[in-house]
Amino acid sequence: MRKEEILKSLQERFGADLVEIVDKSAKRVYIEIKPEALVKISLYIFKDLGARFNIASGMDTPHDMEILYHFTIERINLIISLRVKLPKEKPEIDSLAPHFEAANWIEREMQELLGIKFNGHPDMRRLLLPDEWPEGVYPLRRDYEEWDKTAIRDRGV
Amino acid sequence: MAKTIVPIGPYHPLQEEPEFFKLTVEGERVVAIDVHVGYNHRGIEKISEMKTFDQSVYTVERICGICSTSHPFACVQAVEDIILMEVPDRAKYIRTIIAEGERIHSHLLWLGLAGHFLGYNTVFMWAWKLREEILDVMEILSGNRNNYAMFTPGGVRRDIKAEDIPVVLKKVDSILPTLDMLKKAVMDDPVLHARTKGVGILTRDEAISFSALGPTARASGVAKDVRKDAPYAAYDQVDWKMIVTQNGDVFDKLAIRVLETFESVKIMKYCLTHLPGGEIKERIKNIPPGEGIGTHEAPRGEVFHYVRSDGTNRPVRHKIRAPTYMNLPTYKATIIGETISDATIILAAIDPCYCCTERLAVRDMKGKKLFNGEDLVRLSQEKTMQLKKKMGF
Repeated sequence: MRKEEILKSLQERFGADLVEIVDKSAKRVYIEIKPEALVKISLYIFKDLGARFNIASGMDTPHDMEILYHFTIERINLIISLRVKLPKEKPEIDSLAPHFEAANWIEREMQELLGIKFNGHPDMRRLLLPDEWPEGVYPLRRDYEEWDKTAIRDRGV
Repeated sequence: MAKTIVPIGPYHPLQEEPEFFKLTVEGERVVAIDVHVGYNHRGIEKISEMKTFDQSVYTVERICGICSTSHPFACVQAVEDIILMEVPDRAKYIRTIIAEGERIHSHLLWLGLAGHFLGYNTVFMWAWKLREEILDVMEILSGNRNNYAMFTPGGVRRDIKAEDIPVVLKKVDSILPTLDMLKKAVMDDPVLHARTKGVGILTRDEAISFSALGPTARASGVAKDVRKDAPYAAYDQVDWKMIVTQNGDVFDKLAIRVLETFESVKIMKYCLTHLPGGEIKERIKNIPPGEGIGTHEAPRGEVFHYVRSDGTNRPVRHKIRAPTYMNLPTYKATIIGETISDATIILAAIDPCYCCTERLAVRDMKGKKLFNGEDLVRLSQEKTMQLKKKMGF
């Protein structure tokens, strides 16, 4: 299947769940979807289209909590990035980890760094942060303030 | 039989970063594994948001000490992807040369250590001696044995001088006979076969579910290589083979790395002899709001960088994914059911980087026995000795 056919089949299958398609270049496409449709669309891309799950990248934007799920389809050299926007008051989304192992770690990471809740994740322990890190403090959020006043840190340039 | 928990880590001799493995064993067999990471979390993604696009390239170069060119490579491609720019041809070739040189020395480093863990210290010495030649080559090309700082958005920072090329070619050629001998010694050794064949198998389906990368995936018959699938730099202009094997065991992962080294030598030599003329860098004036993705096939698998710009001179988000992030969880599939003396080589087979302090303690539940890293390596070497005796060597 070529890129145009993939986009067409996504529109046919999930037309109501797609919010916006940004066709950035021949190799990159960004598709914004409704959060509740994430699992079925990513499973279609992962299983039926035979894509590889690259990674997800979460981000705290001024308006919402945003996650991008990146998938690569090697045979046509295309990276599909599914964008979901979650409300800041209640960032919650269904987990992909029960469906494929590759999503396991990154969801744990986003949970602790951004405070996004992944419903149905099998193992929601911390991945990177130390044990003494307080609950409810998320270092990649915009409103993060340093809680450990004694720590010496490189403040960058 | 009673279950025993064997903690390995958080500092252990097979990993670059401190990691903690909790192996649950029944007698000699491993029945469960749990992995803890994060001991070395440096927050580079956050630091990168405080740097300009030019500076963040050097920040990400510090992520890994061995594949130090992989992260800058993916990072500059992500920045270039925001504005959809093409770099000059000469820069593409120089980038390829640096990346392949790094692959050669990284694979040789792994081969040497794998030999050491299995009790073949001769392999270790030969492989690391060859690696020195390549490090010398990198020093001639970039001025440094590691952390080359050759990359910048828009091209490369340093040109390759015409008078250096014959010297470099001679040095690269000089490793080939020894490499060939090493390949024969490694691939035809019956004891090595007994130690590594059928050990730590990652099946094709598991490799897909874990989205494994690089040699780890290619050993399981998943033919994925960014250099072939999404050609960048000069990889589509060189004739080279992607090495894929089907068994997914330690031997296949070893064989892939040895054979890939030959391909890398081939790519490097081609690029050096066909280096086009012209500029090495195109100036980038400013970076408009947008997002970009850059990928590069590092020695261990695909490196993935996502950069978002809001129109200022700093990224607002910089997501970094190293290959070991995806390859490490495959331990869950490979190590269960294997013996504890094979654990060392299975843990090493995905080629996690080795840099950190060597300190490891293995203790049984009552706390009577205390092993350290050397003991575990010794356990592995003893098994090879026993096999050698059994097979009449």
